[in-house]
Amino acid sequence: MSAAAEIVFDHVTKRYAGRDAAALDDLSLEIPAGTFCVLVGPSGGGKTTALKMVNRLVPCDSGDIRIDGRSVRDIPGVERRREIGCVIQQIGLFPHMSVGDNVGTVPRLLGWPKARIRARSVELLELVGLEAADAKRYPAELSGGQRQRVGLARALAADPPLLLMDEPFGALDPITRLRLQTELRRLHRDVGKTVIFVTHDVDEAIQMGDRIAILREGGVLAQYDTPDAILAHPASEFVAAFVGEDRALRRLALRTLRDVPLGRLESDSQNQIPAVSIDTTVRNAVSLMLETKSDRLVAEDEDGNVAGIFRLSDTGALL
Amino acid sequence: MQEHWGDTLGPALVQHIELTLIAVVIGFVLAFPLALLAHRYRVLEQPFGAFSALLYTIPSLALFQFLIPFSGLTTTTVEIALVAYTLVMLFPNFVAGLNGTPSEVLEAARGMGLTQRQVLWRVELPLAVPAIIGGLRIAVVSTVAIATIAALLLPKGLGYPIFLALKEPTPFKTEIYSAGLLAVVLALTCDALLVGLRRVLVPWARKGLA
Repeated sequence: MSAAAEIVFDHVTKRYAGRDAAALDDLSLEIPAGTFCVLVGPSGGGKTTALKMVNRLVPCDSGDIRIDGRSVRDIPGVERRREIGCVIQQIGLFPHMSVGDNVGTVPRLLGWPKARIRARSVELLELVGLEAADAKRYPAELSGGQRQRVGLARALAADPPLLLMDEPFGALDPITRLRLQTELRRLHRDVGKTVIFVTHDVDEAIQMGDRIAILREGGVLAQYDTPDAILAHPASEFVAAFVGEDRALRRLALRTLRDVPLGRLESDSQNQIPAVSIDTTVRNAVSLMLETKSDRLVAEDEDGNVAGIFRLSDTGALL
Repeated sequence: MQEHWGDTLGPALVQHIELTLIAVVIGFVLAFPLALLAHRYRVLEQPFGAFSALLYTIPSLALFQFLIPFSGLTTTTVEIALVAYTLVMLFPNFVAGLNGTPSEVLEAARGMGLTQRQVLWRVELPLAVPAIIGGLRIAVVSTVAIATIAALLLPKGLGYPIFLALKEPTPFKTEIYSAGLLAVVLALTCDALLVGLRRVLVPWARKGLA
């Protein structure tokens, strides 16, 4: 298995009997290896269907899906699924197995030696923010957030080049959700696999995705691009409405003061100007300037040294 | 009671355990594959279930009477009736256990690449163990009770001392009480053993919420 897989949807269509609208209508898109791709859209947009077609839980009516150039139909579904990590909303940990055994499920299916499975379980538990000692516990003893971490570890166990995630954080409280989103992004940066992530939450999509595919009702692709490009240039009224009227502000949330040109500080004015960390998002910086009625902020790095000045009037140039 | 132990109560207890054990084991051997079939082919669940329910409504005495012309006044007759009852009690519990796996667990199992057979043996069956043991407990306790009636046909089991004692012109109460008590103790002991078995087989049910 390669480290990260490239996925191509080629004119994929799926219709369910008795329904007028297609579940997926001629969907074509390419996901480069290592991309974190989010499928987002309202219900009926076919995003979960698209996901399930990649690991052949749902067959295509027409069109094809290729993983690293090979059709998903090339090998039997069961084998294919063992090469793809899969995380679902309700998690679905096996209640009768310990956490360690849950994580080791696919390696066991693939016939790995026991010692290697044990070592891998521990390695993964620590990767997802749990402890080696948790391997002996049972799912019923864990909180929702911990369970989903185990679910993620379980999906990564056999080191698959592709990870499918179907609204994995939907059943969690907002605080846990935010924490897991952040950790997943960090994990993705470190581990670099291709991820296809389904959500109905446009904020989550913007926060998580390298690229976002917006699917509307009837399984039609409305736009497929980076979050910044979609926010800057929505392809249709539907997309514009879907991402929200505040899309200019959301674009500002995608960058921090580290990413923008900063002005020089005049030496004697430092004390009256509010200071923020250079890792503050531009959006939060603007919000702070409005709140403090200041037209500029001082950006400071981790050691407290001044990095530069950011002016409210500079904001327009960023958009 | 001590004096009667050697001649009546002791042997009666052993016979009773035999009757119960044979009935439950055969009942299990029959119910288990039937339950697997009904689980795999859901259409079978209705007819199998209806048949079992019908069997259960027949009073035990009537069932014994019905069988006598075919298999005579033998242990076999009693066992056939007892097995029929255990079947009726085990089958619905086994099916409910097998069908009771949470859907997200099944979805996750399929998504990870387990074959249908692997899902059955590695996921559904282990999760069905509490229901299976639950069925066994009901079956064992009920069979211990129903087996006492076997004494009306055969000189076997704990019902026999009771039956004999009742036939005396002045019924000898100790016989009745001690045999009855033994039956109750037997039932409770078996139940406790099964609960112990469950503790061993199902460590996951003890932790957390279950």
